[in-house]
Amino acid sequence: MKLTEISGNINEWFSGDGPLADVVVSSRVRLARNLAGHKFLAACSVGEKAAILKKLKDVLMELKLGDEVFYIGIDKAPVLERRFLVERHLISQHHAFGKGPRGVVIARREFFTAMINEEDHLRLQVLKAGCQLRECIEQIDRIDDTIEEKIEYAFSPKYGYLTACPTNLGTGIRVSVMLHLPALKMTGQIEKFLNAAKSLGLAVRGLFGEGTEAAGDFYQLSNQISLGVSEKDIVSRFEQAIIPEIVEYEHVARNRLLAKEAGVLDDKISRAMALLKNANLISSQEALFLLSHIRLGLNMYKHQGASTPAIKRLCSLGADSTPSTSSGQASSPQGDSGDAGGTGRLSIATVNRLFMLTLPAHLQLNYGKELDSTHRDALRAQIIRSALNG
Amino acid sequence: MQCEVCQSREATIHLTEISDGVRTEMHLCEQCAQEQGVGVKSNIPLNELLSNLLAVGPKEEETGEPVESSETCPHCGYTLEKFREKAVLGCPYDYEVFEKQLMPLIKKAHDGATAHCGKIPSRMPRDEQKQMEIVRLQRQLDEAVRNEDYELAAKLRDKLAGNK
Repeated sequence: MKLTEISGNINEWFSGDGPLADVVVSSRVRLARNLAGHKFLAACSVGEKAAILKKLKDVLMELKLGDEVFYIGIDKAPVLERRFLVERHLISQHHAFGKGPRGVVIARREFFTAMINEEDHLRLQVLKAGCQLRECIEQIDRIDDTIEEKIEYAFSPKYGYLTACPTNLGTGIRVSVMLHLPALKMTGQIEKFLNAAKSLGLAVRGLFGEGTEAAGDFYQLSNQISLGVSEKDIVSRFEQAIIPEIVEYEHVARNRLLAKEAGVLDDKISRAMALLKNANLISSQEALFLLSHIRLGLNMYKHQGASTPAIKRLCSLGADSTPSTSSGQASSPQGDSGDAGGTGRLSIATVNRLFMLTLPAHLQLNYGKELDSTHRDALRAQIIRSALNG
Repeated sequence: MQCEVCQSREATIHLTEISDGVRTEMHLCEQCAQEQGVGVKSNIPLNELLSNLLAVGPKEEETGEPVESSETCPHCGYTLEKFREKAVLGCPYDYEVFEKQLMPLIKKAHDGATAHCGKIPSRMPRDEQKQMEIVRLQRQLDEAVRNEDYELAAKLRDKLAGNK
């Protein structure tokens, strides 16, 4: 399968649907596993890595997921395609630019990926839109069981699943949610959130995982402890304690903005609209920053009933809002209706689409060739303008 | 955004420095940041954690017991030195071979936990699965007693009796 078959669309987990989706963009569970009878990757020869890759690839390609499954050999893939897969959250940065024989198995609808020979032999991942961690863990558990029928994992009764790094030992699980917290940021409370997360033993990362900035007010929150606690308990803690509290804080901040600082909020949304509708050149960082304000405005219309002048103007933007790409891969705006305004006008799905399709590797893959940053900025601005100006 | 130094790669590290009230910003790619001596944040905590725990840690050094770094895993040839350098282990057996030295790190990383209590592979021999279940129930029972939750403790005790 060619990546351009998926690069013109956003994936399911970024559709803007799902429970609590105005704050919880997506849910993810990943499991780290290693094969019994093999060394961990850092001590493996190229030959042993290739043998592990083959063994796991054969098993994974047989999975019955109710979706087409395809494989990409990462070590042989062009750099642009690797960057695209990172932007898409289908592989990690580490996997994209690691060493030796390695690959990824991806379900076409992108709810499932399996990285082979990343830090561990196998990293399974299930992603869903909105707050759906329980659904993620149930699905990944079933997939894990199916794989385990065919191969033996490195497991110790005392320490659980044995991983290359002791920080993943035990369940090998990493549960994470991607949060959009623009109001906490605007009201100057984001530091409080970061400190609270830290004190709960949670890690906070940016949009693209480890080492990335919280671009566009997106934050990834994940557990750090994987030993001495069950998978179910980790997920319940997120679903019952952590997520509801953060969603509540963000909602309170949104209501406060509306009640006390509607003028400031309106100004930010108006500025974002003006720049996005008129800019001829726009960087990825700036686009993320401004689109975040647009997303906030649309969500506040839908969930808080906000109808300030700028939000009203926002909701009437871009009647036909499918960003077009030169490859012609952009899909019809199905799923866009029923959002803000309810008339197929600018919707969260469209804004999410702009977030994703204007990322550097997406832009270039859809354009069909590599572009320097000025050309990227021009193309990005053009796609956003045409989406917002209708 | 392009890296300010090489002008070609994407800038992924964004530095803000405030010195004498003057704010300066730098945008660098990972490679140039490293060349400029700016550590990549994502890699620091784990490596720091490892070297702090493994280098300073064991009291054995004070008590004059043999220095553990000379130990080598017979399965993968890894030493503790190598682990410290790579931040990952060489093979599953390292958890046995270096168990004593890894314990402080495991405890630190997992909030004091030292034993698994999650999923058990179904292909594990039945008696081993049962053993693990017993250990898990016993641990839950101890915790229930500690929390003075006697109702739960009674249930766990009955379950344990049924398992033995």
